[in-house]
Amino acid sequence: MNRTALKTAPERPTPLLHQHEALARHIPGRDGWLGELRAAALDRYRRNGLPGRGTEAWKYTNLSRLAEVEFHPARLSPEQGPLELPTEIAAVEGCRLILVNGTLDRQLCDFAKLPKGVVVSGIGQEIETHPARLQAHLGQYSADDAAPLAALNTASFHDGIFLHVPEGVIVSEPIHIISIGAAHEAALSFHPRILVVLERGAQATLVESHAGIVQQPYLSNGVTEIVVGPGAVLRHDVVQDESPHAWHLNYTAVAIGEGGRYESTTVQAGARLARRETHVALNGTRAECRLDGAYVADGESHVDNTTRVEHLAPHCTSKQLWKGVLSGSARGVYQGKVLVARGAQKTDAHQLSRALLLSKTAEMDGKPELEIYADDVKCGHGATVGDLDQNHLFYLESRGIDREEAKRMLIEAFVAEVLDNVTDERVREALARLLRHRLDGRR
Amino acid sequence: MALLEIKNLHATVDGSEILKGIDLVVEPGEVHAVMGPNGSGKSTLSYVLAGRGGYEVTQGEVRFNGKDLLAMAPEERAREGVFLAFQYPVEIPGVAGMTFLRAAVNAVRQHRGLPQFDAMQFLKLARQKAKELGIEEDMLKRAVNTGFSGGEKKRAETLQMALLEPLLFILDETDSGLDIDALRIVATAIDSMRNAQRGMLCITHYNRILNYLQPDKVHILAQGRIIRSGDRTLAEELEEKGYAGFLGQAA
Repeated sequence: MNRTALKTAPERPTPLLHQHEALARHIPGRDGWLGELRAAALDRYRRNGLPGRGTEAWKYTNLSRLAEVEFHPARLSPEQGPLELPTEIAAVEGCRLILVNGTLDRQLCDFAKLPKGVVVSGIGQEIETHPARLQAHLGQYSADDAAPLAALNTASFHDGIFLHVPEGVIVSEPIHIISIGAAHEAALSFHPRILVVLERGAQATLVESHAGIVQQPYLSNGVTEIVVGPGAVLRHDVVQDESPHAWHLNYTAVAIGEGGRYESTTVQAGARLARRETHVALNGTRAECRLDGAYVADGESHVDNTTRVEHLAPHCTSKQLWKGVLSGSARGVYQGKVLVARGAQKTDAHQLSRALLLSKTAEMDGKPELEIYADDVKCGHGATVGDLDQNHLFYLESRGIDREEAKRMLIEAFVAEVLDNVTDERVREALARLLRHRLDGRR
Repeated sequence: MALLEIKNLHATVDGSEILKGIDLVVEPGEVHAVMGPNGSGKSTLSYVLAGRGGYEVTQGEVRFNGKDLLAMAPEERAREGVFLAFQYPVEIPGVAGMTFLRAAVNAVRQHRGLPQFDAMQFLKLARQKAKELGIEEDMLKRAVNTGFSGGEKKRAETLQMALLEPLLFILDETDSGLDIDALRIVATAIDSMRNAQRGMLCITHYNRILNYLQPDKVHILAQGRIIRSGDRTLAEELEEKGYAGFLGQAA
């Protein structure tokens, strides 16, 4: 059969392919099941290319300029030398694993403090030593034709983090994964990969931070796959504080078993273009998820939060609250799709997106969506875009507080609501500080 | 010098004239009641004095302690000592009540050349004032007016008065939405803050609050003008006759 004859759509650009090819012979896991997984992913990326405007899932986020940057693949060996972590990120204590340009650089972790049986390790090393531990889950949740960059990650990643918590084990110490874009002469691209598996009844707190300590553009194209077993509970807080010229793309897929719970708060405060997609599958009865997020963008930056929550079993709940503050010519996107499958009765699903526009040139696209195939469900969604409430402003001013300070108090209060569900006080304070810092820098 | 001097004040909202030439002088230590039917311009007067946006002064002037009040931003008016007690104090979820109060008090103190309070000092002061006013400490822990009942909101405003120590209270229908007991508590608290320097402008429909505040002067506002001024007995006369009687006279 002649392949070219089958083509109907015009070919889409596939930047970063030659970077992939330059590295392909050096990345771990080129044979066996992982080799096949990578080949299928590469094929998916080749077939789909960069998403265009015509792709519904990418209607509001345009990646075409990504093809204009000449990225160089990050080295596969760890960067050496001292590393200055951004203050807010360093403030989060716990077991730290630091990826520099996508490679595990150091593990500042007191392993003796972790319960027996818990595995926290570099995924590159894991591929070499215990590939069987990965096989059941790696790549099983992120094979999505509408996410070609996630496919590129699967084809190209060389390192990342593997966290495994055995049945019934409770990890009380937060585990903090930090992905850093670090100094380099040229624009780098890297593909951090994280796999988290909580077996039945396990519990853990994961903090995932992305930051940059470099002025050059770079591309961080991450994929995080999470399995929350039956009755397991994962608290997952995400900080995106990339450099102002960075591109941040991330695809997080979460599969939750019966009675399992996944709770997440995301703060996006950096990058020139950021898109974080979170896909949650509520696979078992009474599974629960909570997805909250706050974002701050100014200048020309673009920040996208896209979620898809699939209610695939009865009696599941999902709650979402997304709040953003946009100024300058910044653009914000919230796309939230909730799907309730046939038979997923007694579903309770809510999503709310609220954005504050502080300038006439800032823009927000909010698209909460419901797709329901069951008849006994409770679903709600809403989206608001607006300015600060003039009555609130006047009330504060009438008590002697000047306009700028009054605005600052109201904006901070607006986003702070999102942090209410962050259970670890140190994490909550770090997130609040990051938001405050970004909001103050706005002026 | 008069504390507040309003001369021939005209103001419009969305192009229509609401205040049509108000003249009013409040001396230090005096309490004035402004009474009038709905739509007479009572709330507009209070908002114009406090500096709310959306009101355009087309004629006249207002002097506060000899200074041009209308030239000041709302926060400057507050720092100079003007306090508007809102008819409906707004709820501001997410802004901690104590953070708000401290920011306000410190802004006012800075303007008056007084040292700032740190968080601990301020907490102590706020607790003490709250106790004096019979306000439960739990109210201090909540976000600004959030989840407060009508009565609690008005009591929270009396706490603000006690902390900000303004020179002029503008009470915009402070009695509205209060039951008899709550009115007594709020009005007594305000009355206790009366002193020789402080003036009050009490805007109300009813005589009841005036039983507690005992005004020195009573003005009847109708269709944007003060149509009668008198002493305390005018309010009683008004209660008997209703506005209709007075409006007839004015016409």
